[in-house]
Amino acid sequence: MTLEIIGIFVLWTFLFGYLVVASIDFGAGFFNAYSLLTGKQRILTNIIQRYLSPVWEVTNVFLVFFFVGIIGFFPKTAFYYGTTLLVPASIALILLAIRGSYYAFETYGSRGHKGYSFMYGLAGLFIPAALSIVLTISEGGFVHMINESPTLDYEALFTSPLTWSIVVLSLSSVLYISSVFLTWYANKAGDLDATRLMRKYALIWALPTIITAGGIMVELRSHNLEHYENMLDIWWAFALSLLLFIGTVWLLWSKRSYGLAFVLLGGQFLIAFFSYGFAHLPYLLYPHLTIYDSFTNEAMAIALIVAFIAGLALLIPSLYLLLRLFLFNKDYVRGKKENNHA
Amino acid sequence: MNEESVFFSRVLTELTLSFHIIYATIGVGVPLMIMIAQWVGIKKNDEHYILLARRWARGFVITVAVGVVTGTAIGMQLSLLWPNFMELAGNIIALPLFMETFAFFFEAIFLGIYLYTWDRFENQKKHLLLLIPVAVGASFSAVFITIVNAFMNAPQGFDVLNGELVNISPLLAMFNPAMPTKVAHVVVTAYMTSAFVLAAIAAFRLLKGSNHIYHKKALFLTMKVGLVFSIATAIIGDFSGKYLAEYQPEKLAAAEWHFETEESAPLILYGILDDGEVKYAIEIPFALSILAHFNPTAEVIGLDQFPADETPPLYIHYLFDIMVTIGMSMVVLSGLYWLGTKLKWAFVNSKWYRWLIVLGGPASIIAIEAGWWLAEVGRQPWILRGIMRVEDAATTSPHVDIMLILFAGLYLVLGVGSIVVLTRMFRKNPVEQEIEDRHVEKGGDIL
Repeated sequence: MTLEIIGIFVLWTFLFGYLVVASIDFGAGFFNAYSLLTGKQRILTNIIQRYLSPVWEVTNVFLVFFFVGIIGFFPKTAFYYGTTLLVPASIALILLAIRGSYYAFETYGSRGHKGYSFMYGLAGLFIPAALSIVLTISEGGFVHMINESPTLDYEALFTSPLTWSIVVLSLSSVLYISSVFLTWYANKAGDLDATRLMRKYALIWALPTIITAGGIMVELRSHNLEHYENMLDIWWAFALSLLLFIGTVWLLWSKRSYGLAFVLLGGQFLIAFFSYGFAHLPYLLYPHLTIYDSFTNEAMAIALIVAFIAGLALLIPSLYLLLRLFLFNKDYVRGKKENNHA
Repeated sequence: MNEESVFFSRVLTELTLSFHIIYATIGVGVPLMIMIAQWVGIKKNDEHYILLARRWARGFVITVAVGVVTGTAIGMQLSLLWPNFMELAGNIIALPLFMETFAFFFEAIFLGIYLYTWDRFENQKKHLLLLIPVAVGASFSAVFITIVNAFMNAPQGFDVLNGELVNISPLLAMFNPAMPTKVAHVVVTAYMTSAFVLAAIAAFRLLKGSNHIYHKKALFLTMKVGLVFSIATAIIGDFSGKYLAEYQPEKLAAAEWHFETEESAPLILYGILDDGEVKYAIEIPFALSILAHFNPTAEVIGLDQFPADETPPLYIHYLFDIMVTIGMSMVVLSGLYWLGTKLKWAFVNSKWYRWLIVLGGPASIIAIEAGWWLAEVGRQPWILRGIMRVEDAATTSPHVDIMLILFAGLYLVLGVGSIVVLTRMFRKNPVEQEIEDRHVEKGGDIL
């Protein structure tokens, strides 16, 4: 394994972590806003407060880690992506800020400002849409070098079916991942109403997720043949991912083992995400930038990897403690008031 | 077109940093204050201090949230607005940026745990232990980020050979000459400012009718801590002068309006610049030579040694005046308060003195702002001193002006939102009420 591969592997892993935890977060916010609209309010509010509030900052750090890390390992990305992403990334940032402050303002401060809850719910859908544009751009064809500086062709971007399929996939997978997780969490909390509702949402969003995912592969054939063929070379990985998807849906359908269903879903996305990424290599931005020509110097790469390992040694036990206290602690999940007070 | 992008990139960066630094400063300093209060509470077995820690922590959550989102914004804006700089910097100084995310990650995890586990532990000390990683993580975030800023002032750890970067040493880049004074100054002033902001709140409550001993304890504790850190700030500030004289003489000379290189240089305080002539200033003989070299007769390099297009704007002198005046006033204010309380001087508990303490909170924040503007404007025209100019670093994207408007709107919402939420939070639940509630809950016995 070369240093380049280690670098991109680390970053991709963190991006995957962000994809899962942020999807749960975004989706929950949307369902919450939706239930306010349909009058089924407060079925989810409780779960959101118990699970999401303590971890939102941690969710945010996954993203920060990714974009700081990619500048560290592949500094040239700052030049290419920094210049082209000004608008979509700024919009995503502003929406992220609105969501982040929601937790603080609403949960710890005064509760119940409806407008803010809607903004929070909607922001959760626009963020993945804005961020997923990066994946579209990376497929090439939308960035042209004008006067030696990369320029984004907005017209081509917004008229391409690929863009919109990826946007739809990002939205439906956010809602799918989130509803599967919340089905399990609500079930664990013993909240039957919420479980029933979330299971319904999960089954609804499963179909668009898998259809758009398949559709994107077909579109890539005409958009970026090289990537498409690389993906075909590892078709078995995508087939395995599909099997895991079927497993999740079957478990949800037959109302059993929601925990296992979520694990299978994690596996499905893990395999698909890494296979997609693997087939994308060595390009970071077709055809301008590869992991090799954008890589940092050896001294920095080794320093970053050492820092990363040291950091993980610190973080993994801390994360374990966090999850044990808020996710796997039965009393906490069920919302029992702690009474270990003298 | 590019000139416009450069201009708006500067404005947006300045706006983001100026807004972020308020919350970041509080974010670094307040965890330490909470820790001190909780520790004193455990030591003295005094419920008031525990409650102090608890209420501060509750308010802290609001400020930390705004700090986090604006911090994310500036982190990403560095690449969005200054892509050429980040491409270069990524090669040399990415390590501390990367470590900062770890420090912050660490802090975020334990902050979540700390906030949601009040009353979960029978032993308060165990709960206090959870705060240590929060305070350490917060301070180390500041340390790592300030290292990056120090590098921009005194870049080292690489060579440029035929336009290529060679001999890169990430550690050498981190431990650059600007780093010790800069890091110390940033961290200590964060502690100082947080202490004075909290003191201002306590003094304000006392002025507004509450005569509860809780606020008096809070005021004395925060003023004492503030005194210690403001004295430390003054000492470190002196060392910063010596660093500048050695490594960035143009910044020192511009800040002090020191035009001609000379021995036994006087320090110019206040005054205005009229057609290149200094008027109405206070001149302290030999003081600049002492500040720069510990020696009243030493030679201090003046602006005459630098080409005009490599000297920073001269208005930074006013920023220097503001920063130093406020800093010194806070030493005197907190020093007198401490002494006056020990010796039972009546005036330190008078209305006007408390109003001064209230004023000290926002004044300390203004000093932080002035200090950062001084640091950043004083580095102009460079983004990386001697290597890259600001105008060569900026994005070529033509949409920066619209982004500026959007972000300005965001900061307005966040600023107003955080103030509204904080006031509502504490007005709805005044400390007298909370003390009573806790007594009822526990059947009357104190801890």
